[in-house]
This record gives sequence, C-alpha cells and structure tokens, in this order.
Amino acid sequence: MTKFTFPESIRSRPVYGTLEARKGAAHLLIADAHGAEAILDVATPEMMAKAHIIYIPKGEAFEGKLRALKPAQFYAGPSYEAAESRIQKAFEDAKMGLQVYLTGTEGLMGQAQHAAMQAGIPHTAIQTEHRGSVARRMQCVHCKGITEDVETDPFVCAHCGLNLFVRDHYSRRLAAYQGVCIDAEDPGNVPEAKGIYE
Amino acid sequence: MSGAEKIAVTVTDIVPLNALVTRFEFKRADGGLLPTFSGGAHTVVEMEDGAITRLNPYSLMSDPMDQTAYTISVRRDDEGRGGSMFMHQSVKVGDEMTISYPVNLFSLDLRAKKHLFLAGGIGITPFLAQIKQLERFNGNWELHYACRSEALGSYVDELTSHHPNETHIYYDDQNQAIDLVNLLDGQPLGTHVYVCGPKGMIEWVRKTADGEGWPREAVHYEEFLAPQPGKPFEVKLAVSNKVIQVGEQESLLEAMEREGVDAPYLCRGGACGQCETRVIDYTGNFIHRDHWLEDDEHASGEKIMPCVSRFEGKTLVLDR
Repeated sequence: MTKFTFPESIRSRPVYGTLEARKGAAHLLIADAHGAEAILDVATPEMMAKAHIIYIPKGEAFEGKLRALKPAQFYAGPSYEAAESRIQKAFEDAKMGLQVYLTGTEGLMGQAQHAAMQAGIPHTAIQTEHRGSVARRMQCVHCKGITEDVETDPFVCAHCGLNLFVRDHYSRRLAAYQGVCIDAEDPGNVPEAKGIYE
Repeated sequence: MSGAEKIAVTVTDIVPLNALVTRFEFKRADGGLLPTFSGGAHTVVEMEDGAITRLNPYSLMSDPMDQTAYTISVRRDDEGRGGSMFMHQSVKVGDEMTISYPVNLFSLDLRAKKHLFLAGGIGITPFLAQIKQLERFNGNWELHYACRSEALGSYVDELTSHHPNETHIYYDDQNQAIDLVNLLDGQPLGTHVYVCGPKGMIEWVRKTADGEGWPREAVHYEEFLAPQPGKPFEVKLAVSNKVIQVGEQESLLEAMEREGVDAPYLCRGGACGQCETRVIDYTGNFIHRDHWLEDDEHASGEKIMPCVSRFEGKTLVLDR
C-alpha cells in the first residue's frame, strides 16, 4: 500500500495533499521511492517539457518509468544528502513562476520543503503528496541528533542512545518531528516498541 | 471606543506638490514623539467638517523610524464625498487634528529576497515609506511607477535623483506603460510583488501574476475604497435596539457612529475586515463593495462590511 490516511492530529503535524499540475515557467519535482507514482499520475507532456525531476529510488524500480516521461532534466541519486547540492543549485537558478512538487516520504518532503522555503517560496505554495513508507525523520530533543526513517514508537536515538517517544510536534525549520525521552523518570521502564500508527 | 488609539497632532507644514496632490505634516500636539511604524502603514485622519466627522485613511509616507513627524499626501478628489476637499481647502498650518495610531495592512514580507513595487498615481505613497525602511538595511527593491503626466508625477524627481537605478517611471500621456509580463518573467525566486493604485491596475497585476504561476502569498496589494454615495436606506440594529437611517452621502458605518453605536473599524476602506457584521434578516439586495469577504460570502446574505457596502430593499437587521 503506498497511500496512507494519517489520523487527525495536532495543528503542528503537516498535512499532505494530492499533486495537481499548475501553470508555471518551470516545474521542479523532487521524490523518493513510491513518490514516483504520484509524479507518474500528475505528469503531462506540457509539464515535462519544462520539468526537472530529482529522484531518490531507495531501492524502488521506477527510474525507467520516470525517464520515459521525458523530463527536460532528470537526476537519480542514492540519498537525499547526495542530491542536496543539486537541489540547492536548482533553487538558486530558479526564477519566479517555478512550481514545486514534493512527493514520497515525510523526511524527503520535509527536507525539500525546507530548502524551497530558504530559497524564498512560501511554504503554503509548495505542493506535497505522501506516498510509500510512513517512517519519520526524528530529532532527539536532548542531543539534537537526527534519526532517519523511524518506524517504531518508542525508538532508540541513533546518536545518544536515549529511548525516545515519537511526538506529532513537527518543526518546519528542522524538517523533523520531536523525539522525547520516554523513561527519564523511571530509567529502564520502556514500553514495547510498536509501529507508529498501530 | 472602536478603531486604533488616537493621537492629538498639530499641522506643521502644508506643501502643494502639483495641481492635485498636497502634502501634510503632523507633529504631536504635546511635543512628544510619535510611534515608529512599518512601511505601508496608514493613519486615519479625523476631520471636523461642520456637523460631519469624516474619518479618512491615508498612507504614511515619511521615514518609519522618524518619530518627530508624520507626513501624508492627499490627492484632491473633486467627485468624492468631500474628505480630500476638506484637507485641501480647510486645513491650515497650526490646526489641531486627531489621527489614529498607525495600522499596517500592506506591510513588507521581510522573507522576500527582492521587493518589486508597482505604483499607480497617488498609490506611490506607501512605497515611499517602504523604500525608506528597506534602504536602512540595504534591501533589494525596484519601483515601477505609472503616472498620468510629468506635471502630475508626485515625488518622481525625488525618486529618480535618490534611486536612479531602482526607479522606473511611466507617463500615460507619453504612451508609456509597464510591460508587466516581461517584468514578472525572470524575477529571481523569492521576489514579492506589491501593487498600490487604481482598482483596474490591482486586478491586472493579480491576474497577470497568477497566470505566470506566482504564488498568491507573493502578491500584495492595497486599495482604499472610499464609500460611495447611494440611495438612503433603513437598518435595524438588533443589539443596540435602534432603527437608523443611512443617508445618501454617508456610509452605514458612519450612520451607526452618528447614532452613537460603537461599531468596530480600522481601515474604513473595505480591506481590513474589522467591521464585518452579521446579517440577521433582510429583504432586498446588498451592494457589496469590499474586498474582504469572499464571493460566496457576498452571495450568502449573511455578512456585510458597513464601511463601504450598502443595501437596497425593505428590511435589513444587523447583529450590532
């Protein structure tokens, strides 16, 4: 299943939509893994003639189908970090009228949204659509380290080793949810880890 | 008391700029300092015109950090309801007047990488303050200013001599016009466009920017509507338990104020949303003139903006 309906939550939690083709001077589409499906759904030949697709497959086999859309520019890379300098450059060179489409995991969309905002695009003008894994990018509020692709609650911080509770409290600046120590008052008393939405 | 807090001021200078526009300077009557403001802010000037109190908003055009004086520029409107005529003909240096604290409904978005200003006629005034604000921290801006003719080009000389590289002037009588599509095309990412001028110009800019794929959030506009005269009508105010008559030359808001009803307001020009009033019952037609309510709200018959909108019909009952 690549589409998932997130439960209602606090205002801080990002809400994602469905990509729609918009008029624009250029189109920048950034996706990972199953986000490719949303690009295949929204792409039109007219859009692709002015499109730049940046894709992080994460082991999924959509690259051929995306290339077949014949975007003006196409890049596939092994990780967001590897793609980051290209994303940065794409925003630096862009002009007003650029349309931004982000799709795939929350971590990908959050980080690319942050880059777009830094480049001066109002966050409300950036389109997003969630597809694929529901794993989260988490910041440990204690050591500030980021743990990518967190699937369980609680989880162990990849940096300081604390047991962290997965909150819905989100930071657009950090592109991460907040993880808070779950056993601070009674060390070792950690509930069994289960899926975030179980 | 509704509206922003008041300041008692003295008129300290009056400078006619051209056949239509005159500049007024105000200083605090008690000799103290005025509040700083942000570029794009306006003040509501109270005019005691015989039996009528007029409250008209004017953009502040002085340096937002200059607390010694405020300046506004008033364009004479011979067809208007009389506020600008009063300022031009009756106000003298030394007069005591009351103005409101600055209110800003047209502020700069300081996240912008570049500010693109489009002015039409007297719509130049908020930009004069915004330019002074941006110059303090070396902001990136560009002005495109359309005026009717050289003779009516208020502040053109000042702008072109202080900011020759940023200022672009267009004279209607010389068939010069802003080449908007080409101007918007190629602006760096993070540019915000601001437009102040006649209604048609604002609509043209908003529509063109939308067509070029500019986000709504990057397009800012300000248009003060003056209330238009219309047929007199009767209104029942349910909360105040009063039935009042709105005259041909006054707005619904002014009629409520005349009757001692403390109705909320800020801009008095259909823009800020402060005076939004719920309609309890009506038989007839609304003449909505604001640009605060959405089209479906206008059609619903549930809300009215008393500062600029009117009514024609048998009964109108408001929750005020």
